[in-house]
Formats: sequence, structure tokens, C-alpha cells
Amino acid sequence: MQINWAALGSTFGVSVLVTLAVVGAFCLGISALSRHETAVTDGGATGGGGARGAVALGTAVLCFALCAGVVGYGLYIIALS
Amino acid sequence: MEHMTFLVTVVIITALAFDFTNGFHDTANSMATSIATGALPPKVAVAISGALNLVGAFLSVQVAKTISGGIIDEKSGIHPQVVFAALIGAILWNLVTWLRGIPSSSSHALYGGLIGATLVAVGMHGVDFDVVVTKIIIPALASPVVAGVAAWGATKLAYRITRKGSAKATGKGFKAGQIASASLVSLAHGTNDAQKTMGVITLTLVTAGVLAPHSGPPVWVICASGLAIAAGTYIGGWRIIRTLGKGITDIEAPQGFTAQTASAAVILTSSHMGYGLSTTHVCSGGIMGAGKGGRTGVVNWSTARRMAYAWGLTLPAAALLSGLGALLADQGTWGIVLLAVIGAGCSAWIYLINRRRPIDATHVVDVPGSASLSAADPARTATATIAA
Repeated sequence: MQINWAALGSTFGVSVLVTLAVVGAFCLGISALSRHETAVTDGGATGGGGARGAVALGTAVLCFALCAGVVGYGLYIIALS
Repeated sequence: MEHMTFLVTVVIITALAFDFTNGFHDTANSMATSIATGALPPKVAVAISGALNLVGAFLSVQVAKTISGGIIDEKSGIHPQVVFAALIGAILWNLVTWLRGIPSSSSHALYGGLIGATLVAVGMHGVDFDVVVTKIIIPALASPVVAGVAAWGATKLAYRITRKGSAKATGKGFKAGQIASASLVSLAHGTNDAQKTMGVITLTLVTAGVLAPHSGPPVWVICASGLAIAAGTYIGGWRIIRTLGKGITDIEAPQGFTAQTASAAVILTSSHMGYGLSTTHVCSGGIMGAGKGGRTGVVNWSTARRMAYAWGLTLPAAALLSGLGALLADQGTWGIVLLAVIGAGCSAWIYLINRRRPIDATHVVDVPGSASLSAADPARTATATIAA
């Protein structure tokens, strides 16, 4: 009997890394979105939050796009495997 | 030939019945956390999961083509009655564990059933034990640990990154993420588990000479399997949803999100690597890890221990039940009929026990012991008849 430790190990590593990457990106997206909301409310009051809000929104979009990309790749793997 | 055709029909119906139990046994894997945190209303959650299981069934037939994964030597003299005995054993074990609210693996029940029935019917040479260890036992031991570690790390990370954000915005975001990740798990489940039934039906058709060896599943088999697992998922195994959603740890939205994301990552990575593992083990491991990594870090280890015992028991127990069934089915037509009657009788009996204290969508996430649980009013029993 041959146990393929290398395959097991890489499955372990890849799973953990992908999870951390997706969760990390998603959480950064959420906090960016939260910053955007704060900036918009602040901006409404003082008129100075526009740029900060736009940067935050851009970050959020980027992060969520990354997550969507990984999910898309996941679907691709399902359809292949 | 006519007798043969009748037997094959019975086996196909039984396979679809197993597929159905597989569906409601495993609804919890994808949806328990979303229901527990309130990201989705229970009925909506099972509807989404059911629909995605159906879609998943059509995505691929690779698993079905290699169903027994080389575990069972198809040329060793498997007959439809062996498959029949295997399915009856697997169904009964699924129902018993469901009644106890234990999230055990439907795939292991099926594998155990096939192994037990084959051992009795054709002997030791019918089962490749090397493949059993490398493709079933080792992934079963490793996958909950991998998912647990991934979910634990991800939960720590999630709380750390979002600790400064406004609670309202992050809460909304995590619930959306939870729905997305749970949907991905549902889809992967449909692809993996519906295919196992397709594979069993195809195997039966091949052994009966209806299909040529090495054929893929016919379209009607794919449709029937997809529909059966979707219907089972939609009915919802509320007992198991309660165990996974409330019994292991008190889940918050970020934990639900990380647990499901870790589960999806592990399931997809390992099916890419060729390990056919159990969604149940992965998702339970993910939830435990997320519980440990959460704010309180409290995990109900006694529930976890009970689940682990059930996981260990699933393969041998289903094998034993199916082995006994195969002994009976080998006796000829009367044996098969008797086995069918016993299978149907036991299933009906378990169902009746369930109705004494039903759990359904209306009170699935109530804490056990609360007032709504003790209610045995007729109206609730009536809805549970349909829902459970």
C-alpha cells in the first residue's frame, strides 16, 4: 500500500492557503465598504470625504472581484473534475 | 429476463430512495450555518440548496464513471441483488443517524454498504482494501482536520481584519458571504453525491446487461438522480441542521462564512486531487474550527465526540447491515422480496419514531429544552410530517 503523502500535504496546504486568501480578501472588502459608508456620511456633513470614499469603494470592488474570480475558478474545477 | 428487469427496476427505485436520504441528510452541511445565523430563513435556505444540488448534478459525470472508485471489482460477479442489499443497508444507516440527529457521511454509508454486500456475495477478492484505505479512510481522517485548521485560521483573520469596521456593514457583508459560500458547497455536493447514485444505477444497468460496460450514465439517470437529491435536500434534515447549526458551537455570521469557505476550498481542492471525500466530515470539521477560532472559542466537544464515534461506525455498520441483506438476497426471489419488506418496514418504523418528537423549519434553531420544543400540538406534528 502506498500512501501519497505529497498529494495529501499539498491538498492540505492549498486548501488552507486558498481559504485564508479568500477570507482575507473578502474581509478587507467588507471593511473597505464600511470605510466607504463612513466616508459618505462624513462627506455629506463636511464635504471632504469624496476622495477617501472613492478609494475605499475601489478597494472593496477589487477585493470582491478577487473573491469572485476564485469562486469562478472553483466552479471551473467542479465542472472539470 | 422479465424477472431481471423487475429486479433492476426495484434496484433503481431503491438507489433513488438512497439519493433522497442522502439529500436530506446532507442539507445541513451547506445550510446549517446560514440558518443558525439567520442569514437565510430556513425554508429559503433549503430551497436554494435543493436547486443548486440539481444544477450540480448536471455539471459533471466523472465521479459516476468511476463510482466504486476501483473499490469494488466489477468483474468479480456483482449482481443487481448485491447492489440492492448495499442500498438497503446504506438507507437504514442514514435513517438511524438522521433520527439521532448525527451528521454522518452518506458517502461512507454507501461505500460501507457496497463493501459489506460484496464481501458476503463474492468474498474478499471482490473488494480492493488498499483502495479502501487510501481513497476512503485516509481522506476521512484528514479532511475534517484540514477544514478545521483552515476555518480556525480564517476565523481569527476575519475577526482581526474587521474589528474596526461598523458592526452593521460587516454583519451584512458576512451574511452575503455566507450565502455565497454555502451555495458553492451545495453545488459541489450535488456534483459529488448525485453522481454516486448515478454511478450505482449505471453499475446496476451494466451488471444486468442493459448497458455496455464502461458506459456513462444515460440522460434519464442523470435527471432522476439530480431530482431525487434535490427533493431530499429541499425536504431538509432539520434534526441534523440543528446539531450542526446549534449543537457544536454558537455560530456568528463571520464564523459561518469562514466555515463554509474552508469547506468549499477543501472539497474542491481534494476533488481536484482525486480524493472523494465526505462533505459531512469536511463541513463538521470546518464548523468546529470556526467555533474554536471565534470570540469565545467554545466548542461543545461532547457533541463532536459523539459525531466522531458515528463517523467511525458508519462504514462497518452499513457494511454489516448490507452484508446481512446480501445473505438474504442470495436466497433467491423470496429473499429479495423479504429484504425489500424489511427495508421498507424499518424505514417506516424510524419515520414513525421521528413523528413522536418532530423537528421542522419553524423551530429548527430554537435551543433544545425551550418551550417550543416541548410543544406536541397536532398542527406542528402535521406540518412536520411534510417537512421532516
